[in-house]
Amino acid sequence: MNPFSMGTSLRDMIRAIRACKTAAEERAVVRKECASIRDAINENDPDYRHRNIAKLMFIHMLGYPTHFGQMECLKLIASPGFPEKRIGYLGLMLLLDERQEVLMLVTNSLKQDLNHTNQYIVGLALCALGNICSAEMARDLAPEVERLMQFRDPNIRKKAALCSIRIIKKVPDLAENFVNPAASLLREKHHGVLISGVQLCTELCKVNSDALEYFRKKCTEGVVKTLKDLANSPYAPEYDIAGITDPFLHIRLVKLLRVLGEGDADASDSMNDILAQVATKTESNKVAGNAILYECVQTIMSIEDNGGLRVLAINILGKFLSNRDNNIRYVALNMLMKAVIVDAQAVQRHRATILECVKDADASIRKRALDLVYVLVNESNVKPLTKELIDYLEVSDQDFKGDLTAKICSIVAKFSPEKIWYIDQMLKVLSEAGNFVKDETWHAFIVVISNASELQGYTVRALYKAIQTSTGQESFVRVAVWCIGEYGEMLVNNIGMLDIEDPITVTESDAVDVVETTIKCHSLDLTTKAMALVALLKLSSRFPSCSERIKEIIIQYKGNFVLELQQRSLEFNSIIAKHQNIRSALVERMPVLDEATFVGRRAGSLTDTASTPARPSVNLPNGVSKPSASPLVDLLDLSSDDAPAPSSSGSDILQDLLGVDLSPASQQSGAGHAPKSGTDALLDLLSIGSPTAQSSPSTIDMLSSSMNGKTPVSPLDDLSSLSLSARATSNAGAAPVMDLLDGFASNPPKHEDKGPEYPSITAHESSSLRMTFSFSKQPENPQTTVIQATFTNLSSNAYTDFVFQAAVPKFLQLHLEPASGNTLPASGNGSITQSMRVTNSQHGKKSLVMRLRIAYKVDGQAKLEEGQISNFPRGL
Amino acid sequence: MIRFILLQNRQGKTRLAKYYVPLEESEKHKVEYEVHRLVVNRDPKFTNFVEFRTHKVIYRRYAGLFFSLCVDITDNELAYLECIHLFVEILDHFFSNVCELDLVFNFHKVYLILDEFILAGELQETSKRAIIERMGELEKLE
Repeated sequence: MNPFSMGTSLRDMIRAIRACKTAAEERAVVRKECASIRDAINENDPDYRHRNIAKLMFIHMLGYPTHFGQMECLKLIASPGFPEKRIGYLGLMLLLDERQEVLMLVTNSLKQDLNHTNQYIVGLALCALGNICSAEMARDLAPEVERLMQFRDPNIRKKAALCSIRIIKKVPDLAENFVNPAASLLREKHHGVLISGVQLCTELCKVNSDALEYFRKKCTEGVVKTLKDLANSPYAPEYDIAGITDPFLHIRLVKLLRVLGEGDADASDSMNDILAQVATKTESNKVAGNAILYECVQTIMSIEDNGGLRVLAINILGKFLSNRDNNIRYVALNMLMKAVIVDAQAVQRHRATILECVKDADASIRKRALDLVYVLVNESNVKPLTKELIDYLEVSDQDFKGDLTAKICSIVAKFSPEKIWYIDQMLKVLSEAGNFVKDETWHAFIVVISNASELQGYTVRALYKAIQTSTGQESFVRVAVWCIGEYGEMLVNNIGMLDIEDPITVTESDAVDVVETTIKCHSLDLTTKAMALVALLKLSSRFPSCSERIKEIIIQYKGNFVLELQQRSLEFNSIIAKHQNIRSALVERMPVLDEATFVGRRAGSLTDTASTPARPSVNLPNGVSKPSASPLVDLLDLSSDDAPAPSSSGSDILQDLLGVDLSPASQQSGAGHAPKSGTDALLDLLSIGSPTAQSSPSTIDMLSSSMNGKTPVSPLDDLSSLSLSARATSNAGAAPVMDLLDGFASNPPKHEDKGPEYPSITAHESSSLRMTFSFSKQPENPQTTVIQATFTNLSSNAYTDFVFQAAVPKFLQLHLEPASGNTLPASGNGSITQSMRVTNSQHGKKSLVMRLRIAYKVDGQAKLEEGQISNFPRGL
Repeated sequence: MIRFILLQNRQGKTRLAKYYVPLEESEKHKVEYEVHRLVVNRDPKFTNFVEFRTHKVIYRRYAGLFFSLCVDITDNELAYLECIHLFVEILDHFFSNVCELDLVFNFHKVYLILDEFILAGELQETSKRAIIERMGELEKLE
């Protein structure tokens, strides 16, 4: 009885469902059908059981729950007739899967059907087992399947072979039982059985190394011969696809050869000829032929080396690349990526074609081609390749630009033959796709510029020319503004003119124009504008004639609602207006940035430099104390020392740019000294500076070297009082700060004569006690510093039992001399001095840091003061 | 190895779904939805291969029907592309000029053909004639 011809009910149901106009209607029809099927199930009516399950399968395909039909499937499987069993097994495969417990119940039926006399029923059982077999079923039924691999009917043999694949995947231990029957399948003539046998052997080799050895020894010859016969076979209409006899069998055989030949020279040797034949004779104008060639190339690349074959293989891939079919090019690129590892030279020959693929319309081809080009770049071809990529950058899709830009920047940085070329390429990339350039990339670019003193003039002129036409690219504008501020006089005076340059005439006010345009451009972000303000400050010193105009520009931002700009505006304005005498020292050209340090530091703090506009948020009027330090850092430009700046700080980038003094102190001898000690003294006088300005960079130092096991004292605590006042001053029009600066300007630094080389510092100060350090060094021993500590009592009570203790991290050695006394008279009427020797094993790399503890008694009561000193002058 | 085979129309209605790896029911629906979204809007000029999670989908469009095979990442894409075509030829031969409606009303036969063509995620028979003949024998048993 056929449920699909006699009762048209399944057809009717499908029609009814298809006739539904809305999802709700469909749900109603399905609900009705499900209800009647449930009723039928409850009545245990065997006549319509298979029709009901067929309906349920359709309902299941529409996405409705059908679990209530599962037991019915088992009943159908247990029934005697073929049509019932067929629907039962189909339902089993669709409605159940191997994880359901119901499946346990079916094992017995399966076993019976595998032993059935009707070979069609055996076929059904094998099919179901192959598709849903679980590990337990595999163990129970493996003997039956093994036996069926020798069954007389080829339909059963091939099904049994594929079923075995599933079994050995589920239970690899069973593999050895299948090795012999599988090997005998390799001698089959029937294509279906042969292809199934080949697949089984491939799988056996993967899961069992003994099996691999066995097939390698016993079957390699046979497989080679089978492939040879197949490749040479005359036209066979039954298996012909595009003029090739059974490409699928070809592919499976070549794949098995790959498994056999991989890592075995003898086996590889025996298949060379046939692989060469397949690789040369196969027609490559249809997909089927190319699929064989592709498989063949994979095998040639994997088996033991044979130079001639590999060249052949890579040439095939080269031909693939010029194919018009995207699919073929895609697999070629995929394969070339693997081939590069084996033979980069051969792949290089197809560079031009690969480069064309970078420009393909299909994103997946572009992406692969770009990856491949990236691997192929070396010193000799970097110039033409980069040119091509940059040319393409202009016309490429927006969503591809990020990837492309990153790759170009990386190539350029890695392989640039000379600096000027690197600078040229970076300029092109920045002006073309500056918005896609990552922060660390353009930071690195600035580091390179600062190191190339002979090219700075060239660079700033090139940037000046380029910024006339390209203004929308954020990081391009940042680099340009930074360079114009830094090297402005090179721009207007044509300093460092190279032969290749056309001389340009830029007046001082032209240069200021550029920066002014930038700061007024609405599309640029806060960081860029803040950098533009700094550039203006620098230009005001470089171009005294424009000073007034710059002041006008800067002062426009004194009321800016972004506090960062407002604060800079006010501070810079008063520097220009009232502090001509220190201005030039403040905005001196940046010391050369050390490339090695920068690279190392980038590696260390790769995490979050990317998103930095956190800056505005720290500028809340009653904000925390820490950020207030950074404007001073920025302003004074030299406080951030060689310690790595904290990567968590929002001001990181600005510090990089404005205070990026990463170079060890040793590099800034000579002229650097005078202004440096001058400003350190300024910090002293401001006394905001000392603990504040330097604490954020050196916290890291303490953290990284906190061998004393204690948490470093939070800089915030020390700073709060000071920085709050600093904050207040900037809000109130910066007058008090300026007063202090005034004070400085009229008084030469008072410690200057005491220590010509290093300024003294106030190392610790509380309401009751001040400690100052003065430093001296023996010229023959630069690592060792002698520190003279002077303690002054600020209270009105004398201190007794005064003891000073200090601790330093491991890279330092500290030797304390006895103190001059242990009583400290009141109100500064005397002092205790104590000297100590500190030897810095990392001299030139790390600054001194020290933790201190001072104990004393006031009227018999013990007092304790603790603190951390991180404002040591650099270079100690 | 083929992990699953999907036959979907442009609207995303599943006409055939065969899984050779165990998946939860809900996961199956998700996979069908995602694969449909992946293939339906792709430019016909683009490759017929799309990466899908840790595997790749080889798909081919015939009129309004998408045939998608999900295979291992190292498998031969071109071979499976040809495989889809062979399956379509078999269907076409069996239903003589197949259309979507044939597949809807005879979905159980489509499963039957597929079971003669692919088993356990591997190719079982590469001869169109052998499969058609086998189908004829099975039909006689109904």
